[in-house]
Amino acid sequence: MAEPKLRIRELYKIFGDTPQKVLPLVKDGMSKAELLDKHGHVLGLRDINIDIPERRIQVIMGLSGSGKSTLIRHINRLIEPTAGDILINGQNVTQMDAGELRDLRRFTASMVFQHFGLLPHRTVQQNVEYGLTIQGIEGADAANRAGHWIERVGLAGYEDRYPGQLSGGMQQRVGLARALATDAEILLMDEAFSALDPLIRTEMQNILLDLQEELHKTIVFITHDLDEALRLGDQIAILRDGEVIQKGEVQDIVLRPADSYIADFTKDINRARVLKVAAIMEPGRKLTSGAAIPASMTIEQALTTLAAAPDGVCAVVGPEGETLGTVSLQGALAAVAPAPPADAEAAESQRYSA
Amino acid sequence: MEFFTEFPEMGREQLRDLKKAIDAGFRDFSRTYGEGMEDFFNPLLQFLIWFEKLLLATPWPIVIGVIAALTWFGARSWKITLGSVIAFLVIGYLGMWEDTMATLAIISVATILCIVVGIPIGVLMARYDRAQAAITPVLDVMQTIPSFVYLIPVVMLLGIGKVPGLIAVCIYAIPPIVRLTNLGIRLVDKEVLEAADAFGANYRQRLFGVQIPLALPNIFAGVNQTIMMALGMVVIASMIGVKGLGVPVLRAISNQYLALGLMNGLAIVALAIIFDRVSQTYGKRLQAHRMDGKNG
Repeated sequence: MAEPKLRIRELYKIFGDTPQKVLPLVKDGMSKAELLDKHGHVLGLRDINIDIPERRIQVIMGLSGSGKSTLIRHINRLIEPTAGDILINGQNVTQMDAGELRDLRRFTASMVFQHFGLLPHRTVQQNVEYGLTIQGIEGADAANRAGHWIERVGLAGYEDRYPGQLSGGMQQRVGLARALATDAEILLMDEAFSALDPLIRTEMQNILLDLQEELHKTIVFITHDLDEALRLGDQIAILRDGEVIQKGEVQDIVLRPADSYIADFTKDINRARVLKVAAIMEPGRKLTSGAAIPASMTIEQALTTLAAAPDGVCAVVGPEGETLGTVSLQGALAAVAPAPPADAEAAESQRYSA
Repeated sequence: MEFFTEFPEMGREQLRDLKKAIDAGFRDFSRTYGEGMEDFFNPLLQFLIWFEKLLLATPWPIVIGVIAALTWFGARSWKITLGSVIAFLVIGYLGMWEDTMATLAIISVATILCIVVGIPIGVLMARYDRAQAAITPVLDVMQTIPSFVYLIPVVMLLGIGKVPGLIAVCIYAIPPIVRLTNLGIRLVDKEVLEAADAFGANYRQRLFGVQIPLALPNIFAGVNQTIMMALGMVVIASMIGVKGLGVPVLRAISNQYLALGLMNGLAIVALAIIFDRVSQTYGKRLQAHRMDGKNG
């Protein structure tokens, strides 16, 4: 895996009058409720450590109030951290002066907002040009670049409309085009599709995945929707009450939920459609006969081939056709049943001892 | 129990001395700085005189033509344009053309002055809460103090004439534009501002690219209010030597000329209605892009 593009190190955020004063208490483990009760401060984020690899989509998921929108705003410092570091390409964002920070926002990291944040008095064309205007690019150059992205998000012909004349989905396409037009290598998406209705949301996810296939941006995507997280994310971090409770690859989180909270989250999803054969195969064993299944296939797609195989066992092959291991029908079926959380046994034994 | 029946006043002599001291102090101030002030305001006076002469020297059909053109440009409405032309024709026919032009001149200059001074103050108030806290009470005083009261120091300082009249009008008329500029900027959608920040806009890009354009409808409501209040001051300003429709009104009051007072009063009303309709429809057109389609 590539060197992380973006590292978040021991990040804390406390809202209140004297956050520095109560920071040691939080570091010593005072709970969110106790902090609010005794000191009148709200704990936003506690000890966040995330390494975000280059050119991948990192999803940060959590319910409302979990601190995910606060977290993403720390990356371009729309919110000042109480403690901790954010490193982008090795540069510490928290140490930047106003000018460096502006350059970061202009050239390195652009943002897409939940409620679009478009300028209502400017046309679609002018909105997409906005980031370029701020960079100091004007005239034909800006118009051409903006035009290119308007076409890419499928809004050709709408250049002269105002945001108020467009539907929500179209407005967010404008928001996406505006963020892409600056050529920033990092894209911060704060619940970008959450305000859209389900069909449009799926459509926007497709647009994003298509674009990513070609652009390979480093994307930080915030969502409260697990399906969306699983669809888009290369990596997922799950946030609760300002803390990361699990982070890792999508398959990991579904197969090995860290606690019952995450298990609860994942229990309703269609596991056969999310899990890949690679995650459940037995590596090493060679099988030369019979049909082969690509490792990147989902279990759902693999099931028919597996069912047809002589003893329900198939070889798993990599992208170049090399054999990686085997997968069995039983294994596939077992994986489709919800996995118990890692803390289930502990919880169980606690219940009996109580 | 005299203490309770008679209010414990300051001694009569002390009070007289206090008033005298204030008067003398201000008189000294105006003797020392009055001339400097006059020089300072001289360009304004020259501009006002030039503008008034221009209006009076231009043949009346051209003036009406220009007014009709401006009205059309502002309101894009045949009704308002036609109404304005008829109003000016009637005013001229009833012998009030010169006074109306003088009033038009002082109102225009006062409005321009209020915009030039008021909008930056409003921007400052929107940027700093402290500025808002300090300026708001001043605006309250300016709006509520009886206008005759601040005529006194203005006249002491600058004498009788056009400039003190203009300043008196401005003191009375500037608060709405300051307030509404401040309000308009503060009401700009936080999400849009955050987006501007996220793209690295600096203060100027934020102000001129986002805040002022989005506050424009409110700022325009302020301009409209300012014009209305300036017109309301026409009669009072005429007491300190401002020519215009206020002078005959004043004469009508002291001599009980009903018809004279009524005609000139109605001429002021006509001006007010024209200004109001034009600036309001213009303000509405400014936000037309937000009217059509409210989805999303």
